[in-house]
Amino acid sequence: MWVYEKILEYPIRVSGPNPRLAKDIITQYGGPDGELAASLRYLTQRYSMPIPQAKGVLTDIGTEELAHMEVVASLVYNLIKDASIDEIIRAGLDAYYADHDRALYFVNAAGAPWTATYIQSKGDPIADIHEDMAAEQKARATYEYLIQLSDDPGVTDALRFLREREVVHFQRFGETLNLLHEHMERRRVFY
Amino acid sequence: MDQRRQDLLRIMELEFTAIDLNLFLDTHPQDQRALADYNAVAQELMRARMTYESRYGPLLNYGLSPSADTWRWIEEPWPWEITFDRED
Repeated sequence: MWVYEKILEYPIRVSGPNPRLAKDIITQYGGPDGELAASLRYLTQRYSMPIPQAKGVLTDIGTEELAHMEVVASLVYNLIKDASIDEIIRAGLDAYYADHDRALYFVNAAGAPWTATYIQSKGDPIADIHEDMAAEQKARATYEYLIQLSDDPGVTDALRFLREREVVHFQRFGETLNLLHEHMERRRVFY
Repeated sequence: MDQRRQDLLRIMELEFTAIDLNLFLDTHPQDQRALADYNAVAQELMRARMTYESRYGPLLNYGLSPSADTWRWIEEPWPWEITFDRED
C-alpha cells in the first residue's frame, strides 16, 4: 500500500520559462539513470531479499525515489508551462512538443522513451545491491552534468539536493551489502 | 514569503529529517540515539502537519487525515503548482 502526501520533498524555485533546461533535466524523469528507473528497480528487487534490513532499505529508498521523480517532474513542468512556441522551437523541444505538448512523458534527454531494460532484478541479492550502488553513482554523475548545464540558480539548488541524496543512498546500500555478506557467511554461502 | 509557504517549508524540514533518520535506522536498527531522534522528529512532524491541515486541508489521503466539513483533498494548489522565490 502507498499513501500520497500532498507536499514535495524539497521546495522548488524556478526563475522563468527555460525549455532548453527542461529538455536536459527530463532525463532524470525517464532516462536510464533517472528517478523512475531507480524507484522501480528498488521496489521490484525487494521481494527476493533475504534479510529485513535489505527489504526495508529497498522499500524506503524506492519510495523516496518516487518523491524525487515528483521533484524532477515539478521542475520540468514549471520550466515549460509558460514557454512560447517560439522558445520551444529555439530550445529544440519542438519534436517533444509534437508528441506531448507541454505534458510530462518518460524520455531521456535525447527523447528515447523509458524502457524496463534500464533496470535489472537478478534474484541474487549481492548482484542486485551492487547494481543499486552503481545506479546511485550514475545518478550522482548525471546530476553533476545537469548542474553544469543549468543556468537557473533555483533549479541548480534542487539538483544539488537530489545529487546529495544519491550519495546518502549509496552509503545505505553499501551498509546493506555488508549486512548481506555477514548473513551469507553465517549461512556458509559464499559469493 | 506567505504563511502557507513558511508552514510548508517547516514540514519539509521535519519530514526530510525523518526520511534521513528512517534510512539510517534501516541499516542501524540498534542505534538508540538515532531512534530517539526519529521519535522526537516524528512527534514534531505530526504536530506541524495537524496545524497545517487545520488551515489548508489534508496533506494525506486514504483515511490518514480527516477532512472536517467539506472534501478539501482535491483543492488546489497541488505540490507541483507551489513554487518558492529565490530568497525563500
